[in-house]
Amino acid sequence: MEKREFNVIAETGIHARPATLLVQAASKFNADINLEYKGKSVNLKSIMGVMSLGVGQGADVTISAEGADEADAIAAIEETMKKEGLSD
Amino acid sequence: MTKQLKGIAASDGIATAKAYMLVQPDLSFKQSAVQDADAEVQRLHSALKQSTDELQLIRDKAAESLGEEEAQVFDAHMMILADPEFTGAIESKVKDDKINAEQALKDVSDTFISMFEAMTDNPYMQERAADIRDVSTRVLAHLLGRALPNPALIDSEVIVVAHDLTPSDTAQLNKKYVKAFVTDIGGRTAHSAIMARSLEIPAVVGTKSITEDVKDGQMLTVDGLTGDVTVDPTDEQIAASQKEAADYAAQKAEWATLKTAKSITADGKHFTIAANIGTPKDLDGVLANGAEAVGLYRSEFLYMDSAELPTEDDQFEAYKQVLETMSPKQVVVRTMDIGGDKHLPYLPLPEEENPFLGYRAIRISLDRDDIFRTQLRALLRASAFGKLGIMFPMIATIAEFEAAKKIFEEEKAKLVADGVKIGDDIELGMMMEIPAAAVLADQFAKHVDFFSIGTNDLIGYTMAADRGNERVSYLYQPYNPSILRLVKHIIDAAHKEGKWAGMCGEAAGDPVMVPILLGMGLDEYSMSASSVLKVRSLMKKLSTEDMKKLADKAVNESESNDDNIKLVEEFTK
Repeated sequence: MEKREFNVIAETGIHARPATLLVQAASKFNADINLEYKGKSVNLKSIMGVMSLGVGQGADVTISAEGADEADAIAAIEETMKKEGLSD
Repeated sequence: MTKQLKGIAASDGIATAKAYMLVQPDLSFKQSAVQDADAEVQRLHSALKQSTDELQLIRDKAAESLGEEEAQVFDAHMMILADPEFTGAIESKVKDDKINAEQALKDVSDTFISMFEAMTDNPYMQERAADIRDVSTRVLAHLLGRALPNPALIDSEVIVVAHDLTPSDTAQLNKKYVKAFVTDIGGRTAHSAIMARSLEIPAVVGTKSITEDVKDGQMLTVDGLTGDVTVDPTDEQIAASQKEAADYAAQKAEWATLKTAKSITADGKHFTIAANIGTPKDLDGVLANGAEAVGLYRSEFLYMDSAELPTEDDQFEAYKQVLETMSPKQVVVRTMDIGGDKHLPYLPLPEEENPFLGYRAIRISLDRDDIFRTQLRALLRASAFGKLGIMFPMIATIAEFEAAKKIFEEEKAKLVADGVKIGDDIELGMMMEIPAAAVLADQFAKHVDFFSIGTNDLIGYTMAADRGNERVSYLYQPYNPSILRLVKHIIDAAHKEGKWAGMCGEAAGDPVMVPILLGMGLDEYSMSASSVLKVRSLMKKLSTEDMKKLADKAVNESESNDDNIKLVEEFTK
């Protein structure tokens, strides 16, 4: 399993557009991908799951992937996080 | 067979085209048990696929005809359809509970909707609830084999027929093909009517039964000048309607020659005819009609068209664009007027017994001064790019005006200290829409730079009648001497202190009201852009001396609204 921690720096947290892009990025992979925040874990391929966490600025989140393409998935998600200014 | 209907003429012009029914089909169903759950899941999947395909099509069309921003809502819808937690839950429900897909869909979406709606501290999630509802309706329609109207897909000339039109309906309409609106309900001030006037297409509202009297694709003629709608017109009727449309176009051409003219009365007095706008997009109409100012920029659309509180920079950009485009002409921005019938999904307001008498407009701004300060800072920064006026809505007391002004001065001082360039001719004024303020206008006039009379609310509050309520809408009487006395008092009070008075309600562009207002000496008339030339043409024919006599009679001798309609007829024929 691949795992990575991110600190969310975006002012609005993971909302609306960035959430959509993260879910789109995750959905390209076969691996099971989860987003964990404050002890709650949701499917990163589920827009409603991601948005229901209400991740705000300054939050520490963990993203984990399990499956054949787990390493690629984490790399792609990290890239999206940076590109969208969600984390540094 | 030909059928005549009469509604309320809400936007000028005459059109003939096929009806497009923007009406929700019957989507009722019953829960039932299924034997073959796999087949039911199959049925669900095919409805999901049809919905996705349809959304993709709508999305592409919307992006092409309306722009990327309007199209993004459909991306959100497709995301939900692709959400494994959502579709997976429906599928499991069909399998586990052995129920029909319609019921499983309803149960799952209801669960999500109530979960998201409960997150009152998170406006984004509350908005998602509306998305889920829309998506579920689409899937349900496919499960039931019914067709939903998809206004974004309109690609030939149509007249849109609806029970009522919501802002989200109109956002999806391709302006190129929509020739007119006809609705069952609403009045001249309904959203659909205002929208039609800003699009400069004819509209007839409040026909009561148009959605039952016409079928999709049937021909209609719509006369937005008289309120007449003809279903399935004869060839002669179509020809007559086309001739009227041509005559109307000729009249409009005459008005067009007035486009660059000043607004001057028969005896050579100048008054300002301004336009009302909701967004920078409306500037096209303002310029096309030669308005001499923007008398009302409804800033709440910045808030209503956004998924979250608009940032200072977002607001600054919008205000700057409007100020720059209009410069050196003045732009009066009304600060956030939310509450009453206008709500923000991300700023939940408490349920109230009487929202129109409740927490709204300046009352919210003074309470939530964080939001208010952001808006004022954006306005102050934009003021360097043109001539800015700021007015506060729903001011009832002098203390409220002074409190708002104090916050304005504080933010101004901070920006000046930071070296930000600010216009040196900003005017601070207020809406005159609460009778208490109108009665005390002489005192208010010492504190403000200008008044802008908001007739809709002033009439509503003075007559204690909701103009949208058909049973009491007869009390919406702009020419009632009681209203006119308030208006005259406000104008006189402003002039006594050397200030100016304007009107930004619908009445400012009303051909019956304008002669009276001219007689009272109202300085600025702010109206829908499409009324500007009509009123300029009317003003040219009126002399202020005669209109003073008219106004004097209307205020002091008339007993009723009807008396004054007759009086204006006598004086202007």
